[in-house]
Parts: sequence; C-alpha cells; structure tokens
Amino acid sequence: MALFRRTKALENEIDEFLDKLSESALVFRQAIELYLSDGPGAGFDEKLRQVNELESRADQLRRGIETQLYSQTLIPESRGDVLGLLENLDSILNLLEGTLWGFSIETPDIPEEFVKDYRGLTEMAVLSVEAIVMASRAFFRDHETVGDHMYKVMFYEKEADKVSTKLKREIFGQADLHLSHKMHLKSFTEHIDNVADKAEDVADRLSIYAIKRSI
Amino acid sequence: MDIAVLIFLTSGLFLGWSLGANDAANVFGTAVGTRMIRFSTAAAICGVFVILGAVISGAGAAHTLGRLGSVNALAGSFMAAFSAGLAVYVMTKFGLPVSTTQAIVGAIIGWNLFSETLTDTNAMTKILATWVVSPLLAAVIAILLFKLVTRVLRIAKLHILRTDAYTRLGLVLAGAFGAYSLGANNIGNVMGVFISSSPFTDFSLAGWVNVSSVQQLFLLGGLAIAVGVVTYSKRVMLTVGGGLLPLSPVAAWVVVMAHSIVLFLFASQGLERLLASYGLPTIPLVPVSSSQAVIGAVLGIGLLKGGRGLRWRLLGGIGAGWLLTPVIAGVVCMVGLFVMQNVFNQQVYRPVAYEISQPVIDRLARAGMAPGAISGLEGRRFASAVRFDRALDAKERLGPEDKAKLMAYAELDEMTIDPGRLGLVETGWLTIGQTRALRRLSGRTFTHKWMLAEALMEESAGWKPLADNMANKAYNKELGDKLDFLYRTFRAAR
Repeated sequence: MALFRRTKALENEIDEFLDKLSESALVFRQAIELYLSDGPGAGFDEKLRQVNELESRADQLRRGIETQLYSQTLIPESRGDVLGLLENLDSILNLLEGTLWGFSIETPDIPEEFVKDYRGLTEMAVLSVEAIVMASRAFFRDHETVGDHMYKVMFYEKEADKVSTKLKREIFGQADLHLSHKMHLKSFTEHIDNVADKAEDVADRLSIYAIKRSI
Repeated sequence: MDIAVLIFLTSGLFLGWSLGANDAANVFGTAVGTRMIRFSTAAAICGVFVILGAVISGAGAAHTLGRLGSVNALAGSFMAAFSAGLAVYVMTKFGLPVSTTQAIVGAIIGWNLFSETLTDTNAMTKILATWVVSPLLAAVIAILLFKLVTRVLRIAKLHILRTDAYTRLGLVLAGAFGAYSLGANNIGNVMGVFISSSPFTDFSLAGWVNVSSVQQLFLLGGLAIAVGVVTYSKRVMLTVGGGLLPLSPVAAWVVVMAHSIVLFLFASQGLERLLASYGLPTIPLVPVSSSQAVIGAVLGIGLLKGGRGLRWRLLGGIGAGWLLTPVIAGVVCMVGLFVMQNVFNQQVYRPVAYEISQPVIDRLARAGMAPGAISGLEGRRFASAVRFDRALDAKERLGPEDKAKLMAYAELDEMTIDPGRLGLVETGWLTIGQTRALRRLSGRTFTHKWMLAEALMEESAGWKPLADNMANKAYNKELGDKLDFLYRTFRAAR
C-alpha cells in the first residue's frame, strides 16, 4: 500500500503545480490591471512578488515530480510526455513572470487610447492559460476530454492575435508618438501575446500526447 | 541413488533450463519490456511461483503426457528430454519462437517409433486439438478482457499515475499467476517422461504430508526452470517486450492474464473436480504451449485494433516454427536413440511383449469380448505393440475400445511382490487396508498388470475402483496412480 500512498502524494504535487500556474495567470491579470489603471506602484509590486513566489514554488514542484517519475520508473510509456508537458507549462509561467518584470523595470508609458486593447489582450492570454491548465488536468485524469479544452486554447490564441495585430497597427498609425515609444509599446504587446502563443504550442503537443495515450 | 540416474536426469534439467529461459519471457516479457517491472523483481517472482506450481499442481497435465507414450527406460527418457531441449535451444538460436510442448511431443513420438510402441491416438488428438484451441481461446479471452478493462478505465477516470500503479500491481499478480500456471502445466514437459522411470521413492513427512516421487521429480524440474529464468531469460524478455506488437502497459497486462487463464484452464485438477461435481463437461488436462497462448492473446488485441501494426510475416514464421519444432525433436530423438543403443550400448526402451495366453482369453471372455475376435491368435506372442497391432488389424477390424482392452489385458509385465521391497511402499500414502492386502500377496508373481490389480481387489475393497462417473474420477485416478507406483516398484528387472 506504500505504493499507492506515494502515488497519491505525486498526484497531489502535479495538481498543485497546475494550481500554481492557474493562480499565476490570475495574479498576472490583476497586476496588468493595476498597472493600466494606476501605473507602477506598490500595488503592482505586490502582485509581481506573488507571481515570483508562485513561480519558484512551481519550479520546485516540477523538479520533484520529474525526479520521482524517473527514479521510481513510473509511467514508463508516458513519462517523457509528462516531462515535456510540465516543462512547457513552466515556460508559460516564466513568460508571465518575465512580462511583469518588464513592466516593473521598463515602466512603459501606455497612452489612454490603448489601455482598452491591452486589457483585452491580457484577458485573452489569461483565458488561454486557464484553458491549457484544464486540458492538462484532463490529460492526467480523463484523456478523452482533452479535446474539449483544446479548442478553447486555439480560440483564445486567435483572439489574442487579432487584438495584438490591431493594437500594433494603431500604435504605428499614431503620428504624434516617437518611433522609440512605438517600439516600446510594440514589445509589450508581443510579450503578452507570446503567452497565448506558448499556450497554443503546449496545446499542440498535448493533443499528440493524448492520441498516444488512447492507443 | 545411482550416478547414472543423475547423469540421465541432467537432460531433463537442461530442458527445464531452456524452458525457463524461453517461456518465462511469455509471462513477464511484456512487463519487463515496457519497463513496468525490473528484471530482478520479475525473475524472483517467476522462479518462486514456477516451483510452487510445479510441485503443487503439476501432476494433472503430466498424466496425459505419460499416457501418450510411457518412455520406460531411463536412457530413453534422457534422449527424449535432450532432443526436445536441443530443438528448443536451436530454435532460440535462430530467433524463432519456441514451443517446448511441441518439442517434447515430437521427441516422444520419435521414441514411440523407435521402440515400436503404439502412439495413443486419443491422447495425441487431444494434444493436437489444444494446439489449435489454445491460441484461439487466448485470443478470444484477450479481446473480451481488453474491452472490459478499457471500458472500466473509461468509467473510472483514474489519474495516469493511479492507472500506472494498478497496472504494475496487476502485472505482478498476473505474472505470479502465470508463473504458477507455467510451472503446473509445463513441468509435465520437463519431467513427464521421467515419471515411469523415476529414481525417487515416495516418502511421507511425519505421516501427514505424502511427498510422492513425482513431486520430488517436479521440485527438481521446477528448480531447473527457475535457474533458467534467473540466468538466461532477460534477453528473451526484452525481445518479447519490444519485438511483438507494440503494447501499452494495460494491453501487456491483458496479454499476460489471457495467457495465464488459458494455461490454468488446461492444468487445473481443482477446476476439473469442480466442473465434475456439478456434472459439467470437463476440460482435458493437456500441456499447452505458453508461447502459443501469448501469441494468440497478442493476435487477439491486434485484431481488435483492426489488424494494423501486426507483423503478419512474423506470424507466418511462428506458424512454420510450430510445425517444424516437433519434427526436429522427433528426428533428433530417433537418431540419438539409435546412437545410444548401438554406440553406448544403453537400453533405451524396455521391450513390452504381448501374449494371448489362456488366462488372458478367460479374462477377455469375462470382460464380455466375443471369442471370435481373438481366434487364431491363441498362444501367440508378439514382441512389440506395433506388431501386435498389425496382427490384430490383419485379422479383423476391432473397435478402438475393444482393441485398447485387448492390448491392456495381453500386455506382459512380470512382477513379483518381493518382501524385501515392501518397505518402499509403506510411506503412509496407501491406506492401512491397501497395505494389508499387499502384504498378503507377498512372494507371489504376476505376469500381467491386471492380475496384480485383481488379486489386490480380492484381498481388499480399498483397491476396488468406484463407479465410473465424473464425481469419482479423482478417486479412481489416484487409485490408478497407486497401482502404477506398485508396478514400478515390483516390476521384475529385465
């Protein structure tokens, strides 16, 4: 029965890792919201600190899970896939954290007319992360429903692309902005859009893993 | 114990070793190949359960093989086991899947031909039929089991790690069950030919547990199989795990389960008794090939998935191997027996003669056989079963039942109840009444088996078989085993 106790503990660690990713996305949305409304300040810094903590805890969990999978030769058929999945999910978390650090260090000046689109872009990125977390949970427990979450990831990523393209067009269409300012705003648009792109990459891999499991 | 006996037994141990090296791969190959179970764990479990299966329930299947041809001289047993072991070893060298059962059946038929013993066609058909039935049965069981398991998994929605843990536990349990069945079913292949010439005598532990000479033989054979598993099966296991249809761990479990169930069905005396007690038809206890069962199970799963990924060419090769193995073993056996007999001057078989003497004629009349059936053969003696059979066929076609009766009664088998050997049979296995009856016959000589049996029946009701029905089958079989044991012990040396 020791076998099942260890299994249960490992299941919980995987669940916790996914919780941390999901939580990071939610805190990310709050942080951007605070930045867009109040600009850089104590509120934003607090959210950044939270994401930092979540990221390091998730890293710790991921390493523990990977070590156990290999040292106890668990799920020999799928452990390579699980390893790839966890590392890719972790890189989403790194993107979230990196973007917030960018805001904190570079403090981009976002003109009022772009705030709505930045908000919309952030929303789509966060929703895509939440969908990929759901799809990953399904992969572990009920791989036949992975597809149900997958199309949402694709949908939010496309929406994010549309918003970011529109935003970039508008930024460069502004006559009264310096090119340096435009470039700065563009880079932050891309930072946020990358989160959704990465979620889509993970979803593509996940659909293959799910097919492998069903054979 | 005679040194020669030990030397002769080595060929059985060689056969056991090669069986362990090959057939154990059927039980744990997929588990080790998919890295679900470490080799050392698999080898330990397999070794222990093979020995348990051989000693506890090995006697069932060995009986049928004993009937197919009673290889009655130790040098002959040596050659039969050696040629079967060699066939298995050669086939393995060429990378062909091996069926130990077929090799030993081929070798026994080779011995039968050489010694002019009749091959029991009834037992032969039974064995041949299982070679077709067992893979088919394994395929059907695998398909049903796989459907059931996938449905349960779909409903249960287990975590991937939980599924993994259960599959691992399932593979260990199924493997242990498979190893037990392998030991029970295939020990007959390894040691079956030595039963008639067993060098061991029965003994009893404190009068409670009777350890028959057969069980001692089987313990030795089981140990040989276990050594084969530990020393040589790793490579074969990895080949089986990767070389067959790529299987998921769950499918691997289904394959092992289906294979084990088939082996168990054909080896279980307990199941036979249970079926018999409800008046249901029983399954013949025949040694079946575990390789065939595994291939059948994999084929079943492959077909369930639409036949994609199955290597049909490999399957064709396997089928050819199934036909070739008994032929190789039989030919090697015959050549080997010739060499043993003429170069090493060993007695490779004990000739069994037949004579239609007056007591035999009287006995046949009592058994209700028409006197016309044997007219013209009275007083004649035949040097072998084949010649006797030919003489019978030349005269008149007898029904197979009548012919078997005639053969049994006419068989010459001289034995004397030597008072000096009576101690050998007093092991606690025979009942007090049975032993007393035997003691009263001390010093008497019998020319036929049935004469001793009838004399014993006259002395004690304990030697009388019960009415021939399914419920009494086990009792009567044990009585037959006891009589066989007496024949072996008191047979006059020739």
